[in-house]
Amino acid sequence: MNDLVVARPEGLYCPPGDFYIDPWRPVARAVITHAHSDHARAGSGHYVAMRDAEAVLRIRLGNIDLQSMDYGERIVHHGVTLSLHPAGHVLGSAQVRLEHGGVVWVVSGDYKTQPDPTCPPFEAVRCDTFISESTFGLPIYRWQAPEDVFADMAAWWRANAQAGRASVLYCYAFGKAQRVLAGLRDAGATDIGALVCHGAVQVLNDAYRRTGVDLPATHRVSDLDPAALRSALILAPPSAAGTPWLRRFGQFSDAFASGWMLLRGARRRRALDRGFVLSDHADWPGLQSAIAATGAQRVIITHGQVAPMVRWLEQQGLQAAGFDTEYDEDAAESAAESATESGR
Amino acid sequence: MRDFARLYVELDATTSTTAKLAALKRYFAVASAADAAWATYFLAGGRPRQSVPSRLLRECAVERAGLDAWLFEECYQAVGDFAETVAHVLPPPRSSTPTGLADWVARLSTLRGAAPDVIRERLFAYWDELDWNGRFLMLKLIGGGFRVGVSRLLVTRALAEHAAIDPKTVAHRLIGYTHIAARPDSGAFTALIAPDADAHASPGHPYPFFLAHPLLREVATLGDCARWMVEWKWDGIRAQLVARQGRCWLWSRGEELVSERFPELDAFGLALAQGAAARAGTVIDGEIVVWKDDRALPFAQLQTRISRKVLTPRILQTTPVVLLAYDLLEHAGKDVRHLPQFERRALLETLVRDADDPRLRISPLIELATWEDYALLREQSRRRGVEGFMLKRHDSTYGVGRTKEDGAWWKWKIDPMSVDAALVYAQRGHGRRASLYSDYTFAVWADDGVGQERRLVPFAKAYSGLTDEEIAQVDAVIRKTTVEKFGPVRSVTPTLVFELGFEAIQRSPRHKSGIAVRFPRILRWRHDKAVAEADTLASLNALLDEAGSAQPG
Repeated sequence: MNDLVVARPEGLYCPPGDFYIDPWRPVARAVITHAHSDHARAGSGHYVAMRDAEAVLRIRLGNIDLQSMDYGERIVHHGVTLSLHPAGHVLGSAQVRLEHGGVVWVVSGDYKTQPDPTCPPFEAVRCDTFISESTFGLPIYRWQAPEDVFADMAAWWRANAQAGRASVLYCYAFGKAQRVLAGLRDAGATDIGALVCHGAVQVLNDAYRRTGVDLPATHRVSDLDPAALRSALILAPPSAAGTPWLRRFGQFSDAFASGWMLLRGARRRRALDRGFVLSDHADWPGLQSAIAATGAQRVIITHGQVAPMVRWLEQQGLQAAGFDTEYDEDAAESAAESATESGR
Repeated sequence: MRDFARLYVELDATTSTTAKLAALKRYFAVASAADAAWATYFLAGGRPRQSVPSRLLRECAVERAGLDAWLFEECYQAVGDFAETVAHVLPPPRSSTPTGLADWVARLSTLRGAAPDVIRERLFAYWDELDWNGRFLMLKLIGGGFRVGVSRLLVTRALAEHAAIDPKTVAHRLIGYTHIAARPDSGAFTALIAPDADAHASPGHPYPFFLAHPLLREVATLGDCARWMVEWKWDGIRAQLVARQGRCWLWSRGEELVSERFPELDAFGLALAQGAAARAGTVIDGEIVVWKDDRALPFAQLQTRISRKVLTPRILQTTPVVLLAYDLLEHAGKDVRHLPQFERRALLETLVRDADDPRLRISPLIELATWEDYALLREQSRRRGVEGFMLKRHDSTYGVGRTKEDGAWWKWKIDPMSVDAALVYAQRGHGRRASLYSDYTFAVWADDGVGQERRLVPFAKAYSGLTDEEIAQVDAVIRKTTVEKFGPVRSVTPTLVFELGFEAIQRSPRHKSGIAVRFPRILRWRHDKAVAEADTLASLNALLDEAGSAQPG
């Protein structure tokens, strides 16, 4: 077996290069696909990540030994040629391309194939073996065009503002919130009212701006007088739901932006007024087209709908298998958001 | 369909009763009477017979979606709802038509009994002209109705406010409206909201059942017990016997006509209706129970009888039923629900005495001096095969449904039996709990004898009693401790202990544990207990002995 990546208890490991990719336990050398907390964990000796991920990584992991790379830049380590390529998931998210002895492997991390104004689009990288996520790897998951989702979101916000009611939109503080801000700006919705961000979101907005991403003006709650809040859109992490922090908004309408909102059961479980189906992961057609575009004959699935995707890929004549990993965006992100909540 | 789909989306999207009421009234204001007739039917809980067999419907959906059967099954497991799964996987529609709800119901009814290839062709054509919400609802209608978080009471209110009439009138007219074989048309809807009182009521209509609230506070707070009428809370089927114009109707609380299931009561009612005294009209409220050797038998006995398609003479002989009468709603053709409880009771006692028939028994009043005496006697409930006491204020009128403010009727039930059990299997839930492991199988320890290792024996399934937050926590544990997956079911390494409550317990040769429990539910999560500390089969057997009356089913 000359596999370029194997699953070890610490994480995905590249034996010839002697480094890990997105390890979930502390290791000597870690290549990080993106800064969501289930992929970027604390405690490793040396980190390698895409340049645009640096600001967020420093917020979350503090003063780490970090080596930054640009997309497409190549470094050679123990004979393994390593380069990073856009994954379209969040700012600074990268696929990791490994080449050794004429064989190419790509580790996708998390990715999406839909456009996102806050990060460069997913780029298909030809390889022999593709290690893919499969968060939404079932045919039920097919996303609407994002501009339609933002138009719905703007209509909801506008109706609330006209009724003198604040709009509270829950979304991941890192990635989703910034995509929503840019998406609503592109939908021409920023005249409806002020954009207010929870402290955990605002910290990340600033990181995006420092990295050169253009976002519309956002405010902290304390910057606005109560009257302005009644027409405002408030972006808050899901962990803020049900907390006293929300009391200041009086009567408000609430919504959640997530791919999980596609299912009626998930919407009703949260007992929210609206669920907007907006995901930073590839949907079923997106996963299929991404996998096909790599030309890989062997595909390994790391997380999400592993078993159905493996079976489906095998039916397509590919060699497919699953890796046992500890990637869980929901749990890890809510912990990270709680940690930065003091920054409100 | 589009108006109804919009209404559905609005109802589904909000948890506010005010908002739901407003949405319903908006719909009734614009819908045609024919469409509103069916909307009322479905929203009030009507479930027509399924018009396409499930298996054929699934095959057509899988074919149209272009999926392998196994992949569709995976999708269904993730979604937890068949109609929603299909709506997600079908290819986009090609056109859209303004066909209304009533026309859709008519179209779908043509599918019943049609040849499979005809059904297939029509389904494909229908799906091609419906958007996501339309398809979802259409599939729900084929499957026989749906739930949307609207109570019958709320529909009643919306109709009453829409038509500016008394909600009680609407409630009365709605009885029987949602019968499985009903085909409500524009005339039925017009009659439902007509201004005049009883112009369209059929002679067989019962009254809306008055329902009791569970007593959650101290019984002493009800004041002097002499002001209350106390009866056993029977564990049978609540029913109204309507005898009018020489005919008889027996209605269950689900407003289902059950006359045919209980021919002996039907025959009694017929005799009553044809007797001189009652010809003008008599309506009795009571409980149907299996009665033998001067006592009520456990509900399980009644259940075996209900589940039979054909009632053989032998069944009628081994499980004879009686109506335990506890209220009189119509006397000599007059609605007496406004009379105080004690006056209705006096009329009822006279009626039962005069009838002098073993099939009609009075539910006796229990008269004791103090609430303490009642509490003491209530301890015997289980042995007597009852669920506790019913408390009825002696001067109360007979209300409609479960009214909030009125503390006229209370059910003072005994605490459920309970054991601590370990979670051993989990299955994903449906509807609101889709994709979460929320349906559990529980086990207790069985000791196979000296020298044998004890093992966990499954004995009950339960899926209610936890908060959403707890379900999410349990779900996470299940995913981490999974040992094996069998389709939608996972076996886990037992790590969690829950206190399970249930209403009744009896021996059952069909269960591995040899025991069957009724209405099992989770009372609380025993964070403080390890699996080794879960209860044993011996403790269940002790409850069985305590229950005493339980017979082998």
